[in-house]
Amino acid sequence: MYAYDEIDRAIVSERVDEFRDQVRRRLSGELTEDEFKSLRLMNGVYLQLHAYMFRVAIPYGTLSSAQLRKLAHVARTYDRGYGHFTTRQNIQFNWIALKDLPDALADLAEVGIHAMQTSGNCTRNVTADQWAGVVPGEIEDARVWAEILRQHTALHPEFSFLPRKFKFAITASDHDRAAIKIHDVGLRLRKNDAGETGFEVLVGGGLGRSPFIGKTIKPFVRGRDILSYVEAILRVYNQYGRRDNIYKARIKILVHELGIDKFAAEVEEEWKQIAEGPLTLDDEMIEDIRARFIYPDYAKLSDSPEELTKAKADPAFAMWLDNSAAPHKQPGYAIVTLSLKPVGGPPGDATAEQMDAIADLADKYSFGEIRVGHEQNLALPHVAKRDLPALWAALDKIGVATPNINHVSDIIACPGLDYCSLANARSIPIAQELSRRFADPATGRLIGRLHINISGCINACGHHHVGHIGILGVEKNDQEVYQITIGGRADEEAKLGELIGPAVPYDQVADVIEDIVEAYLALRERPEELFVDTVKRLGVEPFKERVYATR
Amino acid sequence: MPLVKNGAVVADDFITVADDAQLPGDAPALISATRFLADPEALIGRNSPLGVIWPNNRNIAELAPWADRLALIALVFPTFRDGRAHSQARLLRERYGFRGELRATGQVLRDQFTFLVRNGFDAFDAKKPSDAAAFNEATHRYTEFYQPTGDGHLSALQLRKQRHKVAAG
Repeated sequence: MYAYDEIDRAIVSERVDEFRDQVRRRLSGELTEDEFKSLRLMNGVYLQLHAYMFRVAIPYGTLSSAQLRKLAHVARTYDRGYGHFTTRQNIQFNWIALKDLPDALADLAEVGIHAMQTSGNCTRNVTADQWAGVVPGEIEDARVWAEILRQHTALHPEFSFLPRKFKFAITASDHDRAAIKIHDVGLRLRKNDAGETGFEVLVGGGLGRSPFIGKTIKPFVRGRDILSYVEAILRVYNQYGRRDNIYKARIKILVHELGIDKFAAEVEEEWKQIAEGPLTLDDEMIEDIRARFIYPDYAKLSDSPEELTKAKADPAFAMWLDNSAAPHKQPGYAIVTLSLKPVGGPPGDATAEQMDAIADLADKYSFGEIRVGHEQNLALPHVAKRDLPALWAALDKIGVATPNINHVSDIIACPGLDYCSLANARSIPIAQELSRRFADPATGRLIGRLHINISGCINACGHHHVGHIGILGVEKNDQEVYQITIGGRADEEAKLGELIGPAVPYDQVADVIEDIVEAYLALRERPEELFVDTVKRLGVEPFKERVYATR
Repeated sequence: MPLVKNGAVVADDFITVADDAQLPGDAPALISATRFLADPEALIGRNSPLGVIWPNNRNIAELAPWADRLALIALVFPTFRDGRAHSQARLLRERYGFRGELRATGQVLRDQFTFLVRNGFDAFDAKKPSDAAAFNEATHRYTEFYQPTGDGHLSALQLRKQRHKVAAG
């Protein structure tokens, strides 16, 4: 993980002081609610249905055990004892009081955590592959670049009042776990023919009411030029992005209206003016950031230790191992995903007790490091394979060893009408019901990889457009009804799902999803053909027939 | 709207002149972009300092040819949430070499002061007297900055490099 230096610490603590002053001025009436709104949003504070909600950044999804313990402390001290991990490597607390926020921020600052720009019309938390630095085959650790971008975009004087929010995501692997194609700017690390490290830059992806898949604006930008290139994109957007209509203000609309070629030409023109300027990185600057990332001192261990072989005799352990442990670049180690999707539970929630216990397990088994993925699960990134049986027992005890990673019950859902003031419909109860219907791990395994995404309104925080099955709650004649799409995906082959037919009422959603899954099981050519591939091969028709024939 | 310059509230030397009003004979005048662009050479040739109010939706490059002869450019924040003038300011200072007074007008709040200074503004039409009074406190809150701008501060990346050099002797 990245260790803050005195500069990082100064900026975070000065930001806490500034926010404390802003809260004081709001409470004394010096700031109107309208003025305060934008200021609080820029520090992650929303006003929700019942209370203020506080969103804290977990840049590129990396946490130390000390940081996770501090998040548990905030949940326990200022909230109701739990937190909710979001689809953008943030954690949200739903019941915090405005007067307590400065203290909560000060507590978090002690361990190098902040809430800067987790909301508002500014550059948001920079996200990355949650397996960065440990997964085999990546170009290099994407987090080094994510940290360079985090710093560059934090309190940027020119780009803190953009037309709309602006999100970056970075991946360095062929398989994209960071959903870069649905971000305002997506960066894919790659090498050019000369062996230089750089980025394919994508722009204009995003969901919401006008979903777009990001387009390549430049196939290769050298690493040393990435800040000036990003600056050029932001400068063009800041000046020409629409400000007359909040729903047309994202960069995706500007890219769409101008066309990618015209937009790219504008950016190129601006970039020519600032390339080779003060934003150019040199090796020393990059190394300076890289050197502040602490990497574990791995032991030389067997890749198939006896402890593991023996433990596999237990079918419950074997099933979890097969589902939740992934290959690590270091022989003898594994990446372990912790499911925050227990049967019947709200997706992505963790209690303070669970966070503390996971922090302890990270210290014991994962060099004190934890990762957070956009699928709303956690991971321990450096677990010795010989420790897997003991770790499994410990994880199972605290309820985070459900063997459903990437399965039908590993559902991504927004908070929905239970918390959110924007929502039109409930999300969490739908997810809970589905997780009960598909509770049997053997069923999940039989079905294979299947991502269900649920959003409680058109803003699409649950990324329903790119779910293999997407569920969107809308309101119609005072009723919650749900539109269902299939065939979407958020990875390197990102694609928007297709609507299967008319919306269905709340109490029929789970039945419809069961019908779709049964149709898939009957239609797939062989067990290895994933749901999303069957949809690709056959289109929506056979699924539509199955769902609507009897309705 | 108190005007803050050099950290203090000062009187405005410039008279803001409406498009249909007569320009004062020998006093500094602040006029609209439309009026200025109608006859820039004649206006800039007056004996008194001239300032132009430039809207945030007009390309600032149009003003570049006169940047070295204008005494004041006022950029506009219709609301503080509309950040277009931040980019215009940096372009004026860092690309077009404007060295005159760069004034932030409109909804200018304490919470923007640091950003404005970093982008090259040196005069601030504060919306609230209490914000004007807090100018020095607000602009000295931050001691470190991640980004290089034209304000002369080293960015964190540059500063770290320099510190390494010092440490290495």
